[in-house]
Amino acid sequence: MTLPHFSPDADPGPDFASLLRRVGRDPEAPIVESIGGVPLAITHGTTVVAIRTRDGVVMAGDRRATSGNLISHRAMEKVFPADRWSGVAIAGAAGPAMEMVRLFQLQLEHYEKVEGHPLSLEGKANQLGQMVRAHLPAAMQGMVVVPLFAGYDLQRGVGRLFEFDVTGGRYEELHHAATGSGSLHAGTVVKIGYRADMEATDAIDLSIRALFEAADDDSATGGPDLVRGIFPIVAVIDVEGFRRLEDDEIRQRFEAMIGDLSPTNTRGAAEGGQRPEQEVDR
Amino acid sequence: MSMPFYVAPEQVMKDRADYARKGIARGRSLCAVTYDDGILICAENSSATLRKVSEIYDRIAFAGVGKYNEFDQLRVAGVRHADLKGYSYSREDVDARSLANAYAQMLGQIFTHEMKPMEVEILVAEIGTDRAGDELFHILYDGSVVDEDRFSVLGGEADTIAGRLEESWAGDLDLPRALRAAVDALTGPDRTLRGEELEVAVLARSNGRRKFARIEGAELEALLG
Repeated sequence: MTLPHFSPDADPGPDFASLLRRVGRDPEAPIVESIGGVPLAITHGTTVVAIRTRDGVVMAGDRRATSGNLISHRAMEKVFPADRWSGVAIAGAAGPAMEMVRLFQLQLEHYEKVEGHPLSLEGKANQLGQMVRAHLPAAMQGMVVVPLFAGYDLQRGVGRLFEFDVTGGRYEELHHAATGSGSLHAGTVVKIGYRADMEATDAIDLSIRALFEAADDDSATGGPDLVRGIFPIVAVIDVEGFRRLEDDEIRQRFEAMIGDLSPTNTRGAAEGGQRPEQEVDR
Repeated sequence: MSMPFYVAPEQVMKDRADYARKGIARGRSLCAVTYDDGILICAENSSATLRKVSEIYDRIAFAGVGKYNEFDQLRVAGVRHADLKGYSYSREDVDARSLANAYAQMLGQIFTHEMKPMEVEILVAEIGTDRAGDELFHILYDGSVVDEDRFSVLGGEADTIAGRLEESWAGDLDLPRALRAAVDALTGPDRTLRGEELEVAVLARSNGRRKFARIEGAELEALLG
């Protein structure tokens, strides 16, 4: 590989996607027509939620990927660090979504290295919005990708949360957001259990609960898999940065929740999805 | 029709090399020193914004002396080279050797074919999983590459500084001692440098995925003691 070198008027600047285009490698997903009228089976990732807390944001996603009515992966990851202080969670066509995340991560790092300082949180959200918009032609063909973006805004000292629509529209959410096939159920659980200035630990429990309820009612969302030890991915983003929780911690939180979930105990989402007081700090 | 004067190729090359060397000698020098946890790069630089040392990739750092706009152009090209390679293959496939070769090719090409050679000397440093894997590639204005171990010095006074490092460098340096050795080598016996006149960065094995970190402000003062 020779060194990529451009004349000043053709220089792509700190934008990695336009660098890729400049060297003849289009980062956008190719447009595919269905073959002989049979639509292609596309793997889909499903439910992710994000909740703003007092100190930052909690993001969580289930692990299932489906292809039509088949389960194609049990341990897919949908919550990723975007850089040190932000994370991205994806729902939709799995292939393009993973590629979008990879490109987004690279884009942020590339910008930081070329410019010598990182993008602002708002700038990162806008970047992701542009990537979703660039993906629109593929989305029209059924390969929809709808991410959530959250991070800690170092300039303002708060956690912030952004939702996107398929056209790249960017909406900042003040409280919580959910996307993917199970988002209706998960979103409702979060909505009912949400309180202003939640502690991160309460938000983690609420997000796990929301994903459990979504898995209960949506076939494309995966619940906790105790046999294989697969649990949702939960990440906390605060002033310390992005931190993914250990599977063991999620398992313990699930086990603590089991009492709440059993049919004989009717405590439910209506009471905020909270566990009894004495278990809170387990 | 006017005939161009014949100039012997030896003379052309010599003139170009002298021109480049003169340009490089105008700026301040820098040095890179290996120590127990990685590689320390220390530059004399009074600007806090126009950097001489920077990050290229997970395990790779860049440093340049000479004309700022020229080595900064090379730095950006290196970041692009590395990021494109990591995107096409995998992060593990990005290595300093291939980057150093690409730089050498470009500098050699410019030296022989362009009006004016680049007035720069650059360093590509990579840390391995252990000390044996540490690599320092010193690339000159004409594209010649020198593979160095222990330490590397760039700039007009390279020989004097290297001579001082030769005496102070030891196999068991830790970070504070490596920094002391680097600063003393840069200044010599007659001068001193304050923290704000230095630009210091490390590639440290103990860091996360991105091994590059700048040492600035209070942290630098504490290390300088």
